[in-house]
Amino acid sequence: MLVTITSTAPPATDLGFLLHKHPDRAQSFDVAVGRAHVFYPEAEHDRCTVALQLEVDPVELVRGKRFGGKDAFSLAQYVNDRPYAASSMLAVALRRVFSTAMAGRCDARPELVTQRLSLRIHLPAVSSRGGAEAVRQLFAPLGWQVDARVVPLDPHVPEWGDSAYIDLRLRGEQRLADALNHLYVLLPVLDDGKHYWVSEDEVDKLMRAGEGWLSTHPARELITQRYLAHQRSLVSRAVGRLAEVDGSEPESLDNAVLDEDAKAPRSETLAQLRRREVVAALREAGASRVVDFGCGEGGLLRDLLDDPSFTEIVGADVSGRALRLAERRLNLDRRPDSQRARVRLLLSALTYRDQRLTGFEAGVLMEVIEHIDPPRLAAVEDTVFGFARPVTVVVTTPNAEYNDRFPELAAGRFRHPDHRFEWSRAEFRDWAEAVATRSGYQVRLLPVGEDDPEVGPPTQLAVFHRAEVAA
Amino acid sequence: MTDDDVVARELAVPALSLVVLIGVTGSGKSGFAARHFGRYEVISSDACRGLVADDETDQSATAAAFEVLHFIASKRLEAGRLTVVDATNVQREARKQLVDLARAHDVLPVTIVLDVPEPVCAERNAGRPDRDFGPAVVRRQHDQLRRSMRGLAKEGFRTVHVLRGVGEVDAARVTRERLFNDYRHETGPFDVLGDVHGCRAELETLLEQLGYTIDRDGAGHAVDAAHPDGRTAIFVGDLIDRGPDSPGVLRLVMGMVAAGHALAVPGNHEDKLVRALRGRKVTTSHGLAETLGQLAAEGEAFRDEVERFCDGLVSHLVLDGGDLVVAHAGLKEAYHGRASGRVRSFALYGDTTGETDQFGLPVRYPWADDYRGRAVVAYGHTPTPEPEWVNNTICLDTGCVFGGRLTALRYPEKEIVSVPARRVWYEPARPFPPAAAEPVAGEEHREDGQVRRREPDVLDLTDVLGKRGVETAHHGRVSIREESAAGALEVMSRFALHPRWLLYLPPTMAPCATSERTDLLEHPAEAFDAYRRDGVRHVICQEKHMGSRAVVLVCRDGRTARHHFGAPDGTTGAVHTRTGRSFFEHERTEQILGRLRSALEDAGVWAELGAEWLLFDCELLPWSAKAGELVRSQYATVGAAARSALPAARDALERAAERGLDVDGLLARTRARDSNADAFVRAYRRYCWPTDGLAGVRLAPFQLLATDTATFEDRDHGWHLGVADRLLAADPELVQPTRRMLADTGDADSVAAATRWWEELTGDGGEGMVVKPDANLTRGNRGLVQPGLKVRGREYLRLVYGPDYTEPAHLERLRKRRLNHKRSLALREYALGLEALTRAVHREPLWRVHEAVFAVLALESEAVDPRL
Repeated sequence: MLVTITSTAPPATDLGFLLHKHPDRAQSFDVAVGRAHVFYPEAEHDRCTVALQLEVDPVELVRGKRFGGKDAFSLAQYVNDRPYAASSMLAVALRRVFSTAMAGRCDARPELVTQRLSLRIHLPAVSSRGGAEAVRQLFAPLGWQVDARVVPLDPHVPEWGDSAYIDLRLRGEQRLADALNHLYVLLPVLDDGKHYWVSEDEVDKLMRAGEGWLSTHPARELITQRYLAHQRSLVSRAVGRLAEVDGSEPESLDNAVLDEDAKAPRSETLAQLRRREVVAALREAGASRVVDFGCGEGGLLRDLLDDPSFTEIVGADVSGRALRLAERRLNLDRRPDSQRARVRLLLSALTYRDQRLTGFEAGVLMEVIEHIDPPRLAAVEDTVFGFARPVTVVVTTPNAEYNDRFPELAAGRFRHPDHRFEWSRAEFRDWAEAVATRSGYQVRLLPVGEDDPEVGPPTQLAVFHRAEVAA
Repeated sequence: MTDDDVVARELAVPALSLVVLIGVTGSGKSGFAARHFGRYEVISSDACRGLVADDETDQSATAAAFEVLHFIASKRLEAGRLTVVDATNVQREARKQLVDLARAHDVLPVTIVLDVPEPVCAERNAGRPDRDFGPAVVRRQHDQLRRSMRGLAKEGFRTVHVLRGVGEVDAARVTRERLFNDYRHETGPFDVLGDVHGCRAELETLLEQLGYTIDRDGAGHAVDAAHPDGRTAIFVGDLIDRGPDSPGVLRLVMGMVAAGHALAVPGNHEDKLVRALRGRKVTTSHGLAETLGQLAAEGEAFRDEVERFCDGLVSHLVLDGGDLVVAHAGLKEAYHGRASGRVRSFALYGDTTGETDQFGLPVRYPWADDYRGRAVVAYGHTPTPEPEWVNNTICLDTGCVFGGRLTALRYPEKEIVSVPARRVWYEPARPFPPAAAEPVAGEEHREDGQVRRREPDVLDLTDVLGKRGVETAHHGRVSIREESAAGALEVMSRFALHPRWLLYLPPTMAPCATSERTDLLEHPAEAFDAYRRDGVRHVICQEKHMGSRAVVLVCRDGRTARHHFGAPDGTTGAVHTRTGRSFFEHERTEQILGRLRSALEDAGVWAELGAEWLLFDCELLPWSAKAGELVRSQYATVGAAARSALPAARDALERAAERGLDVDGLLARTRARDSNADAFVRAYRRYCWPTDGLAGVRLAPFQLLATDTATFEDRDHGWHLGVADRLLAADPELVQPTRRMLADTGDADSVAAATRWWEELTGDGGEGMVVKPDANLTRGNRGLVQPGLKVRGREYLRLVYGPDYTEPAHLERLRKRRLNHKRSLALREYALGLEALTRAVHREPLWRVHEAVFAVLALESEAVDPRL
């Protein structure tokens, strides 16, 4: 990865003094991720350019303890943009190589430090989440003229569109120290979430590098947030590896706990409302021993645990990660024994019969069935209504008709990327009534949320009661 | 009593029973047990005291010792092993616990009492230094024994043997008796016949169709039937009631049983008949009244004979070394070969949930869904339109008396033979579907006329979860770790197709050993060397297609799909990935299957193999069809970054060099990286081309895994690719050819030619080749030989190891890669794959197939370097 900084303020070769690097020498420095090289492609009186090229060792990136440890089994690692794209690594190298200049010190020619120079900066591949617009948003307020050209993914395959990289040229009258600090802070911010942290005092570093400009930057919150955001852990568990086996993205398999609320606007309150309605239905049924099929991160379990009338609560989910999150969210390790004894979390799957889930008074399928491929619904029907056979079963699912009322949701899109279907009220009713008939239950349908006269409620709920058995 | 007049008593003990010894301390129980039973068969309370307290006489440890004793006894009985309890057992409470234990495991409790005079016992105790009980203890125990003697049978002991005096104890012999239900020595072949219900004419027709010769008496009554090949008929019960000639059926069956040509178990109708004939008060509904009327016309002698016959029937039979169990209403595995009231009740009436339905009839529990036993269970009792295998069980009651069919199972052939009813003999509550109607898998017609739709082949979590071992024919037992199973469960449950479509998941394949050549990681020489070392001379090199692995299951038509896989209308197979996900949505899947089906038709493959379905291992192209998102987000992205960054760096360096700066090393490296990036981009582009619907999608089948009747791992690869070539000829637009070359690992010229071929394949970025033993499944002197070794091309590997991996400094380090785990996984997954196929073709229950398929997925989730 490369950055060049050009000064056109005569005598331009003063750049060498400011950077403490002689224009007629090529120098190399060891940095944490590889080797940084500094050289001057041109050094004339009216135009002088310094280049910093960082050579990253791609094998060390994968195999070295520093980076490889946690995700050593992720296929993508050798095929990695890190050796090419300007990111936190380049920022780290800038700081390592030009630390004195960044600090605004120049003992030989102290007067140069405060001078604004005509500077041009070229970064041929800036990793930018948010594209060219984000680049402009971050650099323009600092007085830079921004020329941000998006690099196509592959010029031979134009239909693939843009890549996430910007061929970036900046021009401006800036003090050199400021220019370097801008890059130091903003390159990782643009890259977002792909940091390789090298030390723990990042807040201090941000404060120092942002001195004089960050506090007045209109995007300062975004900058602070992204700069300090922790690297999102790549999926390193079994599911992620299976995605690789299949040649798909790890995230596509590992989305069991993807936050639905991110996609469905207003659903934060809807989720709460839904839980309240489910709990109300369970109370009305007089159920005290409840199994939550597909409990996810345990939102409902927490509500149930807060109500002492639920004496035995089981959360079952097929995602081990969801269960671990549920355990954390329920604060089980901090609850008294009497509460802890009321709840159990079990790894289970709705497409397999599970003896442990039989004999309960009530079962809940809250926002679960729409995550099941329609051909597998019959198996779920068998495991829940045929085999586990709780006296009461509460099912909720989105009402597809209501999707029009979510302005942010594109027409024809589902509320969650993992939804396999979303049903209209008629479709849900047909399914619910057929299940009830086949399995010996009686069913009642209820709205959750405001029941729009035209499209119905946002969520639909069905309460099944097992047809009374003669003693 | 003196020792002189003692006769040696013969003590009969059922081969599976809980033998409770009773005798005061010093009566010689341990010696007796040691003489007549095996070392591990005897559990002594003294030994258990020793286990828990280091002291066989520590009375304070008695409670703990008996807990241990009961636990061991329970484990042994669970496993079906005769067990002897060596304790005084003079107290009723102690014995009751043991009787309960026997009942809990459905084995017969038996007792042997050692009634030895008190002084003898006292004297023996006195002679043993570790027994310092006073004579009072012996006296008290003796009194308790005396009081116990009379009530033993009432306490539940089915057999009570009492040995009086030292002489009888010493002289007694123990013989083990076969259980009444134990016909394991009878190995068949058998013909198991379903519920006859008085349909004599149909029974005679069926027996004749099965090849039996019917023997008639003077009056023309059928009185016996024998098979020229010595086959034995087995009747599953309900011979009588509802039909036109129950006496005629009984006469024939009783004759066959008496002559040793048949065996029979009772049905609930026979059970009721016995009670009626004995004058008990029974309701005569469900056809019993008719039977009693018909029997009234026969003589009293015949009625007595019928009563004796029906009463003497044993409720279930275990045959053929334990591989076949026959019971009227079926039998769960835990009850096979057991004897208790509840076993009999299950065998006669089936399992119930304890609930009753709206008609007040008990709700049946679908025990067969849960059945996981190895033994075939053949039964009747519940009329179904078509006999259907459910987890190794089959119901043979096809409702003959209701106008259905009378059905037999030929065993071990597992063939179904049936004859239609001559008419509806008895009107069911709801019309029984006529035999001609299309059978519907999973429909069960109950006696009350209700039709219950069962989701066929439901799997249980315990079939896949937890630490498991899967037995494979080719590679022994393969262990699955619990965490791996959990990872696979999520993928299988959330994304995979219905397990009935998943007969196979492809195993992983190991690369050849790492090459030591300066500019390569993989080279054919290592693959040829490996096979040569394994003693394999003839290998086939197959072009490796860079696409997505696909398993294609194609049925001949909708009817066969329905029949074999319970497919809904319009579904005729599956095209799935290495993790069991469907490649395409339903419509495109069916389009591909339709094309393939026609190609198979045109190529004459269906007819040649007589197949109803075929399963192919394929590569589906292009790579971008399925991995498009990955190609864009991973490969194209890195290419874009590299091709934007590196030329700029190169330019800057060139200008610096022109200025005379010493940047030569860095410039050379940057130029190399620049051209590496170009090569990388060229490498992925090869595998991407646009597809629109089916247009552009290509399928490269390289192995025919199985049909409904056979697997083909023993056919050489030439045969497999021959099938592919015929498909190619039939549909060159869909089918992609697989280039290949044979090589002889022992012939240097041949190896050189194959190496050149690989160089040509990979020179312009081809993925590489797979070297396989041409004979296919091959065992070497160290067991299973790798079924294939991949040798990937130098350019292609940039997609795996990064654009710059060819730089010497990188290659040097990359050569250190650990292949052993990958190789071992490849073999285990290969064996599991073959196991799954074999089980599927042998029509084993779905859980058995799924167990092996699931295990492949579980192993795939293990942490192994994914670049291998």
